[in-house]
Amino acid sequence: MSDFAFEDASSRRTSRGRIRTFDAAVLVLLMLAIWQAIGSWTHGVAVSPPLQTLLYLFDLVRTGMFWQHAAATLAAFLLAFVLSALIGLALGLIFGVRRFAGEVAEPILAGFYTIPKVTLYPVVLLIFGLGMSAKVAFGVMHGLVPMTLFTLGAVRTLPPVLIRTARVMRLSPARTMLWVLVPACLPEIVNGLRISFSLTFLGVLIGEMFSSQRGLGFLLVNGMAQHNVPLSTAVVTVIVVVSIAANSMMLRLRGRTAHRSN
Amino acid sequence: MSDAAVSEPSHVALSGVVRQYEGPPAVHALGPIDLTIPRGEFFSVVGPSGCGKSTLLDVLCGLARPTSGSVKFEGSELHGEVPDGIGVVFQEDASMPWLSVRQNVAFGLRTSGLPEKEVAERVDHAVSFMGLAQFSDHYPAQLSGGMRQRVCIARTLVLRPRLILLDEPFGALDQQTRLLMGDELLRLWRETGATVLLITHALDEAAMLSDRVGVMSARPGRFIDMVETGWPRDRDSRVVSNPEFGTVTARLWSSLREESLKTMGRAA
Amino acid sequence: MTRRRAVLLVRIAVLAGLTATLEICCRTGLIDPLIVIPPSEMVASMIDRVGSGELDESIVNTFSTIALAFVLAIGCGTLAGALVHRSSRLRDVVDPLLASYYSVPTFIFYPLLVALLGLGKAPLVVLGVLSGAPAVMISTLSGLDSVSPVLLKLARVHRLSPARTLWWIVLPAALPRLFSGFKLALSYALIGVIAGEFILSGTGLGFAISFAYQSFDNRAMYGLMLFVLLIAVTANGILYVWEGRLARRRSTG
Repeated sequence: MSDFAFEDASSRRTSRGRIRTFDAAVLVLLMLAIWQAIGSWTHGVAVSPPLQTLLYLFDLVRTGMFWQHAAATLAAFLLAFVLSALIGLALGLIFGVRRFAGEVAEPILAGFYTIPKVTLYPVVLLIFGLGMSAKVAFGVMHGLVPMTLFTLGAVRTLPPVLIRTARVMRLSPARTMLWVLVPACLPEIVNGLRISFSLTFLGVLIGEMFSSQRGLGFLLVNGMAQHNVPLSTAVVTVIVVVSIAANSMMLRLRGRTAHRSN
Repeated sequence: MSDAAVSEPSHVALSGVVRQYEGPPAVHALGPIDLTIPRGEFFSVVGPSGCGKSTLLDVLCGLARPTSGSVKFEGSELHGEVPDGIGVVFQEDASMPWLSVRQNVAFGLRTSGLPEKEVAERVDHAVSFMGLAQFSDHYPAQLSGGMRQRVCIARTLVLRPRLILLDEPFGALDQQTRLLMGDELLRLWRETGATVLLITHALDEAAMLSDRVGVMSARPGRFIDMVETGWPRDRDSRVVSNPEFGTVTARLWSSLREESLKTMGRAA
Repeated sequence: MTRRRAVLLVRIAVLAGLTATLEICCRTGLIDPLIVIPPSEMVASMIDRVGSGELDESIVNTFSTIALAFVLAIGCGTLAGALVHRSSRLRDVVDPLLASYYSVPTFIFYPLLVALLGLGKAPLVVLGVLSGAPAVMISTLSGLDSVSPVLLKLARVHRLSPARTLWWIVLPAALPRLFSGFKLALSYALIGVIAGEFILSGTGLGFAISFAYQSFDNRAMYGLMLFVLLIAVTANGILYVWEGRLARRRSTG
């Protein structure tokens, strides 16, 4: 009887899997249909329909101009992300291990998270001027705090017995961090990286929308200003696809690290 | 001897009750069950795990409809709805974390339409009866597991149910607390005069508290033995020192042992 | 002194210290006054401008837009969440969507919204809703999940009507998680609206800051910035404290 039960369960699972794929396909078609509807009802004044966007995109990626802008965004983003990740990790570890400092800092950091950081942009521009350093600063402004908070949280929920073990083995603080803390907290740290990634990207893009002559953010706003709707829509599409792809990749990475830590 | 005069109508009557789940795979969870419980009896059900004890409770109070057979409470048949006059204490903690102890206990009377004064009286009585008077403004999160169960029992009490169903209410508690809670339950039974059906996996608990114990077989659960204990009405946990206690427990175990082995073999 | 007190005092000391350092650096010219003005000047500027009443229209504009976006985000989010919760098939489809929703910078849709709806409140409100509603939806799903099945059984034993089950049992039980979604909705609505006003708008506090910046009026700009930041911190702070009160009852000790 138990054998039959197992077969039934696994056949149930594959049929559920099939239903899910079907539903997902329906969803994608639905979203494309809504996109198409908005595009055609508004006569392409704000959004160009999917097919037109796709064709435009094919041409666009063959122009040097597009890649110049994409490279500018990429450069600013990478620098901002690396800075956010490293500084955030370091701060998060420190605040996590030094409990008192962590308790003092956490509400301040959480408060910063809820502030419309765009209001601080003029200050950044005044300090850094217009250019790549300002963009990087915008990115870091958005991505640093979440990384810190996630790392802080990860260290806090670490089972104390691991730290005790490290002390019994007389590991130096640096080794405790590298050999025990970071590996144990890895899934949550990866989660923090994932969130920080999106926010850093957002920061850089908004910075470009506001105060730059290069980059995808600029391209987007410029497209609207010149009524080149297919351009704007194409840029939005690129940004959306890149964001989702990166997010999925990091979710998978987190999944793999979680198994190892447990 | 329990008050089961033949002329008195039974309080609860199950006849030919079967409960099946459709699946796939189809599961025959319970029955056929024939059971009558006279008014005011303290009846316990013991059985191996997975035998359908909780399903029996669901069917008895109207939370689930039997696939076939009939369930009658006070002469009228149940139709998938919980009738008035039945109180249930569940296995899991059903205290509401957002209400204080008093508010939890008063919850049952929200729909009763009773005047405020009477509600307050009943709540006060139930709270002090269950020994919670000092904690009446505390919240469940601040209480131990045993106390939270007492809150749930008090909440059932205020409604003055005529039938009280309890599904392993003391399962999560340590042995000593269980014994004391058993005494509380007996006190409650005597004070309210309600019919009590207790589901438990603890044989000694069943043997100590009940007028009669039904032993269920492995799934699909059916009653394979009914043991009358013959305890006096004013008993408490000290009945364990009665020489008959050992006999009752031994009989329960001898009926139950094979069924438990069957269940374990299946699970392994 | 209890630990909580100590933490609070140190925190205040740190913030006060930072502000004082900034004040000194600005006054002594260590920091170029063309870049940052002293905090005391910022406060003075803020009090001037807000007190003079010239900001009243902007304030009303911004606040009403944020409020509208917030309410709509909560309304749509809870409704959508409740509907999706009922169907496990729908949920299977929606879950991955929600999981990756916030990886996309919603703000990039703002220029498109302006082209669609014109320059005014509408694109700001839609942006706020697009930013906040999914968070509310996620927390609604999570909240409904967290209602323990035994409480639903209890509702049936007490023979409560569906409306009463919802109002007396489901909502209170789900409230902690629902509330955290509301907090996020406020935060996102506020950020989205101010950012939108700043980047591309003709009215509101965000626009006022941008205008001051572009007119090289640092004093006005900093005063406005301080004002907006105080509003944000206060609004979020109120919800945070409220949430703490709700949670304290339900948590051990």
